[in-house]
Amino acid sequence: MTDAVSFPAGASAKPARRDIGIKRRYAAERRFRAYGIAALSFGILFLFILLYSVVSKGYTAFQQTMITIPVEFSEQIIDKDNERATDPSKLMTANYPVVARNALAKVLGVAENDRQGLRAVNQMISDGVRGQLRDMVTANPQIVGTTQTVSLLAAGDIDSAFKGQIDLTVSENNRKVSDQQVGWMNQLAESGALGKHFNTGIFVNGNSSRPEAAGVGVALIGSFYMMAIVLVLSLPIGVAASIYLEEFAPKNKFTDLIEVNINNLAAVPSIVYGLLGLAVFINFMGLPRSASLVGGLVLTLMTLPTIIIATRAALKAVPPSIRAAALGLGASKMQTIFHHVLPLAMPGILTGTIIGLAHALGETAPLLLIGMVAFVANYPTTPMDPSTALPVQIYMWANEAERAFVERTSGAIIILLLFLVVMNVGAILLRRRFERRW
Amino acid sequence: MNMLSEAAVEKALDKKMNEVAYKMIGKDVSVYYGEKRALFDVNLNVRENTVTALIGPSGCGKSTFLRTLNRMNDTIENCRVTGKITLDTDDIYDKEIDVVELRARVGMVFQKPNPFPKSIYENIAYGPKIHGLARGKADMDAIVEASLQRAGLWAEVKDRLHESGTGLSGGQQQRLCIARAVAVSPEVILMDEPCSALDPIATAKVEELIHELRANYTIVIVTHSMQQAARVSQRTAMFHLGQLVEENDTDKMFTNPDDQRTQDYIMGRFG
Repeated sequence: MTDAVSFPAGASAKPARRDIGIKRRYAAERRFRAYGIAALSFGILFLFILLYSVVSKGYTAFQQTMITIPVEFSEQIIDKDNERATDPSKLMTANYPVVARNALAKVLGVAENDRQGLRAVNQMISDGVRGQLRDMVTANPQIVGTTQTVSLLAAGDIDSAFKGQIDLTVSENNRKVSDQQVGWMNQLAESGALGKHFNTGIFVNGNSSRPEAAGVGVALIGSFYMMAIVLVLSLPIGVAASIYLEEFAPKNKFTDLIEVNINNLAAVPSIVYGLLGLAVFINFMGLPRSASLVGGLVLTLMTLPTIIIATRAALKAVPPSIRAAALGLGASKMQTIFHHVLPLAMPGILTGTIIGLAHALGETAPLLLIGMVAFVANYPTTPMDPSTALPVQIYMWANEAERAFVERTSGAIIILLLFLVVMNVGAILLRRRFERRW
Repeated sequence: MNMLSEAAVEKALDKKMNEVAYKMIGKDVSVYYGEKRALFDVNLNVRENTVTALIGPSGCGKSTFLRTLNRMNDTIENCRVTGKITLDTDDIYDKEIDVVELRARVGMVFQKPNPFPKSIYENIAYGPKIHGLARGKADMDAIVEASLQRAGLWAEVKDRLHESGTGLSGGQQQRLCIARAVAVSPEVILMDEPCSALDPIATAKVEELIHELRANYTIVIVTHSMQQAARVSQRTAMFHLGQLVEENDTDKMFTNPDDQRTQDYIMGRFG
């Protein structure tokens, strides 16, 4: 040891001041906190604006205007020549919209020969009744010739008008519902025949050009298939790749290059993955277009770098003392990793995976390129069937002109956001569940 | 009476030491970390059922030497060991030697207590499980109890075997780690500054434990505390700048060392 540190001469004459800049230091701290609070408030403000605009536009999509009236399944219209016993296709091709129109005309008291009036009546009912009544009749042919009380879908414009989304003060010529139809609508609403019901259709229906009959059912199934494929492929591949790179691979130029490339891949625009999928899976491997299998494969490629990076970070964060302890006991490298390191890295891996999945769930661009931006009305039964995905459905509806699609677009966004919230909460819960202190 | 018996024990041990049974023999051991040479031709023999203390200033290579004894250096990138180390008659750097088996024979206790974040029972049972030392649950229970007994921890934890090992105090955790090392019935136990993270009371307990373990195991301990080396060891080796300066009986080392540098270090003149 040397002697006491010597200060420059003169310094020791006066006692050292310790308060230099102390006010400035505190001011800097206060400023920094203020910046933080300002940034946070700004973020929260925009989050609320976003949520408010989506929810205020979209909550009405979960209600649907229905007209509940007695419908006479007139034999005259459905099966004039009484051939249904010999020719079942008669029941498939019958003119059901007329059945519905006549039923509503009867309730409204429109004469059978008032062609204009009948046309106006027809416009109040969704064309979706064709399928609705046909399904009723084919399920139970006995109802032909009887009168049943049926809840018919109101047409999209009537739905919008009834929800107050169409400005009725403008001139009749400039809107899609006439004064006469509005009058009927109010009349039916007063009698209780017309009213809003919970809209199960938006969850179960396939796509439709008629907003009142359109739903995200197909998109949900497509997204579900894709998420399942992404999870099944990217979690094992990603975790295995990370373990190999982190624990077994020699550290040399080649592995450095791989690491740099994985980090770069995570930043590649997703549409590039769409092009890759189009070239490899569809053009080269000949997989079907619009299939959720291809979508899942493309999203797997896109998610892998995210999962690998998260997993490697989680593996790195496991304290070396745990590895040393296991190795010191004579555990092999494999045993050390699978018995000790991996369980401790699990919360990080799961969080990374779920965030990757949530990212993939909301991804649109690559799906556009592999043909998932398709009008699909029927449920896909396997991942090889054409389907669409939630964000693509939102994109497609956002392009539609009808007023009723605006609320449905927001409604679909709400559904998507709910799934994302559920997944993120799942990530947090899994983290809590698996987290261990050491 | 008591004094007499202790003296008798000392005498008996002295006699045993005169026979000099070497458990591990290190010959011309050099260690390189990449280009940097950390150990220079160390010749150090470890005597059976003896506590050998390795002392020396920081960075002198004592921990490096310790880690060559169970090949923990293998896990370090770019680390190269030359020379020859034998355990009994087996060259431990021979290609035929399985490192997993070697580490079961030469256990290790680390500087910082590092129990697995599992229950106390699982901490002890892990080693015997992977080496297949227990047949059935009853067998494993017996091993766990015996190991905890040996580590002097049984009385303190027997009612909470299934609570987390990380919930114990620092000293208890370190004794748990010793029990964990003992559970695989090693022949040699290496300890890398086992008490540096412990308070004096916990240190005293661990030292007492080392004293007891000596009857059944050969112990090599790295320590920064001269007093600890003097208290627990029978042989002491002094390292400096990657070289073995002196290896001698602990008593002689601390009273009348052969090498001037040892004298200086022990007196606190450098390091």
